[in-house]
Order: sequence, then structure tokens, then C-alpha cells
Amino acid sequence: MTKNEIINKTDLSASISEFEIYAPLIARSAKAGQFIILRLGEKGERVPVTLVDWDADKGTIAVIIQAVGKSTADFNAMKKGDKFDTVAGPLGAPVEIKKYGVAAVVGGGVGIAEVYPIARALKQAGNRVISVLGARSKDLLILEERMARMSDAFVITTDDGSHGLKGMVTDAVKSLVRQGEKIDAGFIIGPVPMMKFTAKLMKELGIKPYASLNPIMLDGTGMCGCCRVIVDGKVRFACVDGPMFEASNIDFDNLMLRTGEYKQEEKLALEGLSKDHKCKIGLH
Amino acid sequence: MPNPSLPRQHGKRQDPRERTKNFDEVAQGLGKEEALLEAQRCLNCKNPKCEAACPVNVKIPEFIALLLKDDLKGAASKIMETSLLPAICGRVCPQENHCQGACVLKEKFGPVSIGLLERYTADAARGAGLLAPPKPAAETGLKIACIGSGPSSLSCAAELRRAGHTVVIFEALHDFGGVLRYGIPSFRLPRAVIPAEVQTVKEMGVKFINDTLAGPSLSIEELLKEYDAVYIGSGAGLPTMADIPGENALGVYSANEFLTRINLMEAYNFPHTATPVRAGKDIIVLGGGNSAMDAARCAARLGPQSVRVVYRRSRDEMPARAEEVENAMEEGVVFDFLTMQKEIMTDENGRVKGLKCLKARLGEPDEKGRRKPVIVEGSDFIIPADTVIVAIGQKPNPVIPRSTPVLKMTAHGTIAQDENGATSIPGVFCGGDIARGGATVLLAMKDGITAAHRINKYLHGKIKDIK
Repeated sequence: MTKNEIINKTDLSASISEFEIYAPLIARSAKAGQFIILRLGEKGERVPVTLVDWDADKGTIAVIIQAVGKSTADFNAMKKGDKFDTVAGPLGAPVEIKKYGVAAVVGGGVGIAEVYPIARALKQAGNRVISVLGARSKDLLILEERMARMSDAFVITTDDGSHGLKGMVTDAVKSLVRQGEKIDAGFIIGPVPMMKFTAKLMKELGIKPYASLNPIMLDGTGMCGCCRVIVDGKVRFACVDGPMFEASNIDFDNLMLRTGEYKQEEKLALEGLSKDHKCKIGLH
Repeated sequence: MPNPSLPRQHGKRQDPRERTKNFDEVAQGLGKEEALLEAQRCLNCKNPKCEAACPVNVKIPEFIALLLKDDLKGAASKIMETSLLPAICGRVCPQENHCQGACVLKEKFGPVSIGLLERYTADAARGAGLLAPPKPAAETGLKIACIGSGPSSLSCAAELRRAGHTVVIFEALHDFGGVLRYGIPSFRLPRAVIPAEVQTVKEMGVKFINDTLAGPSLSIEELLKEYDAVYIGSGAGLPTMADIPGENALGVYSANEFLTRINLMEAYNFPHTATPVRAGKDIIVLGGGNSAMDAARCAARLGPQSVRVVYRRSRDEMPARAEEVENAMEEGVVFDFLTMQKEIMTDENGRVKGLKCLKARLGEPDEKGRRKPVIVEGSDFIIPADTVIVAIGQKPNPVIPRSTPVLKMTAHGTIAQDENGATSIPGVFCGGDIARGGATVLLAMKDGITAAHRINKYLHGKIKDIK
């Protein structure tokens, strides 16, 4: 095994893959809630990816990647035995793991992968863990078995009703509370609108919400300030102050706005070099 | 015989209209003939003021004398007796404040172009295969970890290796050079120069490890188990924002983000490179330091309609090098002096549409002697813009301090040092911007070299204790 080598790769759905990567320094220091930077190719993008699992003895880490742009599509085309050019971390502040009492972990889409290590750590810390997992449809739902093992109670929702309850994770949280669950804290990871509405609901229900934010990042080490988010009216850097923040007062609309900044460029990169692209500096 | 009245050589420069179309080096340096003419101007002073004014005390008259004897190898080696990064120093050092500012010819004839001569010596010697790294002293068997590969850590590592120690550099990013790589644009420091200088340090025997976060993945405590000393030169990578409304709008960058996208990730070649940058048509840069000039000059190369620098004091108070301000002006950058940012205005899509500003006048000098800007009440006005780059300062990077709770910090977020440059952890030293909080490349290099001498002293003391 050499550093940054893919030891194992499993496809979890058509566009989502799980990687086991040899990265011994990261494996022995990782904590729940932290992320790494992956990069492929000499001019490759630095892509932040949440750590899903780690094994200090084997020296391996696990990440789950959904192909949403050019770089992540390139990652998911890699095979066992291939190597990333950069695997750097662990980055970000770990989630505070303590006995909250009853902890709801809410994962949406590929966010389920990111909430999984938190569920595991909360369970080990003696919390009653209630998992609420949401996906668009059955074939996009990941980590169901592993999450079930870490959970004292377990609810699945799909947008189309192909698995579990038809509806949103917020519907599931509401009905859990109606059924008498006294939830103390909620850990939410998923698409920005899902985090926004789940945090709002939890706040209304008297549950302390925490959300892991996913702004665009560049270096991931605090250096560039690209990942600015607004929490409690203050500008914070998600890469060093987060990515998990207390979510009663996060400006999710601003987060959504800023994560969309390079949509056109992402499309351009995915489509390859467009014919009408005019190089400003005369390269071609 | 020296002849100071020969015309001073300035070297060729790219035409301002041409150079805003590329990221190639603006100052093209001296050719051999020009270098030899310039070298003849040096009086070879007995008590060279230039050398005393140099932060790293390069033996200036001696290397110039060797150059005149056509001993390129000797000249390069002479520079490298005190500075192991001559091609970088010759380019990015503000020589007008140091050696050239102290040159006795300055008033009557203009100073010897020492920076250009240093650069010529390094480039020509390297090109001819004559730039030989100094031979390290006999192996001491002692090991030192240097954190970061920017100017301070690189200088420290090279000096420690020269003394015969085993030295390993740990860099968090994928490429080496720190601020030289992500901060300083290629038109001031061509990309090929950094790996060339790194290669020289590698040839001395320093080991370089990239993509490794000392602190989070390799704690200082662990490093001290394997190494006899640790040098922290992790820099000032944490941008200060302006704390005005609209700062998180689309189209607002910190200078670090803007420069990193361009310099490290080469976003100007997107989509040939993977990382994009979105510089608009009307770009405003806030600040008056070197990063502000770098950002403005990068912006000018991305084909905008206008680039404006908004600075709250006047030109005289600007911390940027005078030469860089002139370069920016030549490249069409417009300066709004005595102007304070108040608010970033946004359109219905959350994108920047302008900067609300206030006029200022100069008041009493502050504690540093710089006159403070005073707001002129009711002077609000708006500069239309679609991009705002905030270049108003840097704070020390928090990654190592936060992962090392026992490390004593100052109120400014810098690592606390005693008079010997030692931190609160025995065996751990620091320098550059993590200790200063945002200074220059040359001061960082000086800190690295000074720290290397202190670490030597510390290690010798340690050996004696063991004996």
C-alpha cells in the first residue's frame, strides 16, 4: 500500500462511490465532523470531502463521493489501485461529542455519509441516537444498514415514496416529536434548503440544531477565506471555525447564493472545452 | 576602476499595454553586458552600507567584484554564503528600503541596481549550471522539522542543513513555496523560479513533504519525539475582512482567495485548469499594501473595463512598494486615495453592484507615525463595481495554534516568543508571519535565518547537557 492509494472502491448508486484510501497520518488523527482535501491531476481542483470512516491500525480512511461536477466525476472514474495526487487533512474543527441525551441525526442525500461518523460517535458517547435519513428515491439512499446499526430509532423518507415515508425529513422530525420523542440536539447534514428548514423546525420545537456547512473551499486551511459563512450575524470561516455550527441563526440563503457562484463554470468544465470559448490571454 | 557615473542600468521591462495581456514577468532583468556595466558602478566601499542595510547581510560589494572578474560561480556562491534563495530575493526584496536605499551613490548618481545584479547572478549561474549549493557541514545526526515551505521556513531549513543537521519540511498545500506560490503573482516571480530554488535546497539534502498538516495530523508533541527541534513558519494565512455590510455578496473576494485562484490554481487558464475565477468588468481592490497591488495587477490581466484601488490614506502612507504602485498605475489601475469603504451594494441577485464610500482627510499621526484618516461627514458617494477584492490585511493562520493548546499565543493571535525566538514549548521556535502577523518576504527570510542560528545554539547546548 502506498500513500493516497485507493485500497477499495464500492459503487453505492449510479453516481455515488465509496473509497477506502491509504492515508495513515490522517487515519490516526481523524475525528467525527472533519474533512479532507482531495486533488487529482497536476492542475486539479482541491475538493473538500467529509471523512466517513477511518481505521488507525490499517492506516485507511473512507470517503463517499457523489459525482456532481467535473472533478468529482473524475474521482468516481478512478479504480482500485489508482492514487490521488493530494489527500490532505484532517481539516476543520471536530464536532463536539458529549452526552446530549437524545440526539437526532438528520442526513439528506449524500449528507447521510457525512452524518454517519457523527451518529457513531454520539452513540459511543452514550446518547440515544435517532436517525432520520432522506433521499429523492430508494436507489439514491445510501448507508441504510450502517446507520441502522448506530441508531436507537430510525426513520427513512423519500421524495417519491419509493422507500420509507413519502415526504421530507422535516415531516419525519415533526412526527417523531408528536410521538413523544424528547430530542435534545439535532445534527443536520444535507442540501442547503433541507438544512435550512430542518434547523428552523428544530429551533421551533426547542431542539438545539447543529448543521455542517458546505461552502466552496479552496485551500481548506483557513488561508483564503472563500468559505465565508454568516453565523449569528458574524462572518466565520467554515474550514477552520466549522464546518459544524450551531444552526439557530445561520444565514442559509447567503450560503446557497455563494455555493452557486461557479455554476456556469462547472457546466463549462463538465462539457469540456466549449468551441466558442475565447481565451483572453491568447493561449489558443 | 569603478565608474559610478556610467548610466544606471534598469533592465528591460514589458510594455504596459502588452503586459496586461499576459502573466509573464514584467521586469526582464539584465543581460551579461548590462550586468557588467552596472557592476562597474559599485565603489566597493570599505564599510559597505548596503551590506549593513540588507536584512540578511548579503556580501554585496564582494559578489559584485567577483562578477566583474567574470567569476559567475564565485559571485553566486558569495551571495549564498548568507542567502540561499538569491533568485527570489533579487526579485521580491524591496531593495529601495534596504541595500539600494543605503548605497552611497544614491543621491548623486542613483544607487547601484543591486537587486538586478543579484537576480542576474542567480539566474545566469543557474542557467550555466554553476549555481552550486553550499556543502553542508559534517552530519550532526540532529533532526529538525520545519513547518511550512514559505520564505521563512525555507530559509531556516536551508541554514540548518548547511550546519549539518537532518532537516524535513512539512507543507500543508500540494506545492511548495507558501506565500511565494499562492500570493505573489508570476509577473513578479515567475513560477519556474520557485521550484528551481526549492531544488537547490533539496540538493543540499533537505527533505520536502507536501500535503501534510503539521498540527492536525502530526502534532507538535509527536514531532518533538522524533525531532530535536521544530521551527514553525506557517505564515499569516487568514484574511482580515473589512467588516462592512455586503461582504458576503457574490463577487466579493479576499485578496488571498483571488490570488490563490490565480497564482496557485492558475484560474486564468480555466477551463484548461480545473479552478475558475470570476473577475467582473469593474473591479475594486480595498487596501494599500503589496497584496492590494498584486490583486489589482492580476485583475488588470483578466480583461476588465476598470480596476480601482480604494485606499483610506494618501499615496505617501501606502505600505506597498513604490515600484509596485507605479507598475499598477502604468497598467491602468486607478487609485481613489483618501477614500473609505462603507458598504458593498448588491443587486436583486445578491451580486455586487457598487461600493458606497466616504471621503477622508489626514488627521494626527497614529502610534506608528502614520497620519490617521478622518472621515468627512456627509461625503458619501458610490463607485459602481461588480467585483470587490478585500486586501486590508492578514492574521496568523490558526491551524497550528488550535491543534496545540499548550502553545502560548499573544493577544494578536501570533505565537508568543521570548527574546531568543523560543516559543513556550522547549525546542519549538517560530518566525515569519506566524510570529509577526503579516510582514514581508524578506523579514520572513531574515527570521528563518536568525531562528536557524538560535536553533543551532539551542541544540549545541542540548548536546553539552547530554555529555
